[in-house]
Amino acid sequence: MTKKFVLGIYDDEDVLLQAIENVRAAGTKIYEVFSPYPIHGIDDVLGIKRSRLPIVAFFCGLFGTSFALWMQIWMLGFDWPMIIGGKPHIALPAFIPVTFELTVLCAAFGMVITFFIVTKLKPSFKVNVFDKRSTDDKFVMAIEVTEGVTDMNALNDLLRSNGAIEVNEKEVIK
Amino acid sequence: MQHVSPIREPLVTGGKTYHDITEDVCRQVEAKPNARWAAALAVALVGLAIFIYSTYRTLWYGIGEWGLNKTVGWAWDITNFVWWVGIGHAGTLISAILLLFRQKWRTSINRAAEAMTIFAVICAAMFPVLHMGRPWLAYWVLPLPNTFGSLWVNFNSPLLWDVFAISTYFSVSLVFWYIGLIPDFATIRDRATGPIARRAYAFLSFGWTGSAKAWSRYETVSLILAGLATPLVLSVHTIVSMDFATSVIPGWHTTIFPPYFVAGAIFSGFAMVLTLMIITRKVFKLEDYITLEHVESMNKVIILTGSIVGVAYITEFFIAWYSGVEYEQYAFINRATGPYWWAYWAMMTCNVITPQLFWFRTIRRSLTATFIITIFVNIGMWFERFVIIVTSLHRDFLPSSWAMFSPTIIDIGIYVGTIGLFFTLFLLFAKFFPVVNMAEVKSILKSSSEVKHHPHGTMHGTDKDSHTNTHP
Repeated sequence: MTKKFVLGIYDDEDVLLQAIENVRAAGTKIYEVFSPYPIHGIDDVLGIKRSRLPIVAFFCGLFGTSFALWMQIWMLGFDWPMIIGGKPHIALPAFIPVTFELTVLCAAFGMVITFFIVTKLKPSFKVNVFDKRSTDDKFVMAIEVTEGVTDMNALNDLLRSNGAIEVNEKEVIK
Repeated sequence: MQHVSPIREPLVTGGKTYHDITEDVCRQVEAKPNARWAAALAVALVGLAIFIYSTYRTLWYGIGEWGLNKTVGWAWDITNFVWWVGIGHAGTLISAILLLFRQKWRTSINRAAEAMTIFAVICAAMFPVLHMGRPWLAYWVLPLPNTFGSLWVNFNSPLLWDVFAISTYFSVSLVFWYIGLIPDFATIRDRATGPIARRAYAFLSFGWTGSAKAWSRYETVSLILAGLATPLVLSVHTIVSMDFATSVIPGWHTTIFPPYFVAGAIFSGFAMVLTLMIITRKVFKLEDYITLEHVESMNKVIILTGSIVGVAYITEFFIAWYSGVEYEQYAFINRATGPYWWAYWAMMTCNVITPQLFWFRTIRRSLTATFIITIFVNIGMWFERFVIIVTSLHRDFLPSSWAMFSPTIIDIGIYVGTIGLFFTLFLLFAKFFPVVNMAEVKSILKSSSEVKHHPHGTMHGTDKDSHTNTHP
């Protein structure tokens, strides 16, 4: 199935932010915006909710802490207790470094793996990019076209009047 | 329209546009390798060959190939290990701590500094693994179920903490670095003309498109990773210092070690970043991105950490006297006046005196002076670890077992060899990867370049601090 998109190309982040606001105010739904770098404030105008990845990181970190403590206490305290340097079997202060490292390791990897999954990032040889200049110096606003419903001329005018330097059409095979 | 900020110097000079940044950084990735790069790689490969040969000798004939004796059981191996780990501290410090402090000058140097971190940690890891004597049993350091009656590793030992600290540091730094590389790989992919390059960089870019949603998550991930990496980077050298501090050897058994080692690590790491960046910016013509302002900022960090290290040396001496412990006092007097006096004074000169020259603005902003001083710092920091390790060991509690250490050709070969390994990796990185983080430099371009764009429309909660340097 092919989907048709109208792409408004911008060359300035502030123009783009204003355009997003005006386009949305005009009742047009924006499919996605592509930019070469993260634009501060775009989340608010696009209505992107705050990412919940920090929560994932927290719980992965918590898992790391508990796992590390359980592992050390069980191994040295219960499974094979030995007296080392006259310390108690469960020498908690000595367990802090490994606990800390495993907390950081689990939090970082748990969060990054979740990030890759939810953002659908994975190694692949084929990539569909709407406009190749969006990883270089242009900002691309993609609007999905519904055949027969969307007024192409009005959309073109709306994008151009809000500072788009180009308006292109693109079909994408989904 | 040219705009030079009256308060701050621009971080990107030369009136660059977004497209110029892409062109300037991608140029060396897309061009054929030039002769200078090939010559440098050839030299580095000679170093790598020396490393492989010395490693082969060590593995085939054993640790007896090294200059260690029964008194000095730790010498160049651990010296080099701590030296490399220390050098590996600047990358994460620049990308994590400076991100948390919102220091925008980090953006053009973080990529190369992080790469340097990863390569330095690889070099560092070689030494403890080789010192095991039987590296094929290296997995014994992990708490794995085993057939020895489930005898577990000793979690009370700082050497085991080191295993966890170094491996966590390496893997988290690698992930942090790679996350930052993904958008830049996408840029190279979308410019690539050849089918091999396009497919290779498409594979590396993980299908990145730069959508607003992805950028939003990317920024969250970067921030949290920075928050995690900050205590991590401080923990690594703290734990390395505990390898010494938790023992009862005079000269090692001190509580000052963790902060002193961390400051020393940042000191040597920044010196190495500067050494490499001064060459890289010249060779790849990145003078507009890595400016004198960047060099000066890094030199300020060097003078701060160098002074901390200097104070630590003096404090150690004072505490040795103040403690009233004869052995402790002798260890320090022996360091400064004993048979290794030259190493001690090399350390003092290179680490305490030379960085003080950076109080002069002209020296801070002189590339030649900076380059020479950073080399001195790297030499000085190597001697610091040598002094701490060898002079504390070589005259122990019984004068009958006093000994001297001298390195064998294999010791020297492994050390020189890791430098070859490091530069081989760095040169490959510099050729095939973008050495400057394009996406991040583009994000500061509007607020901190020589060209002042006129904002169209209103500012929608744009980065608050990015407009402090523009006067209407």
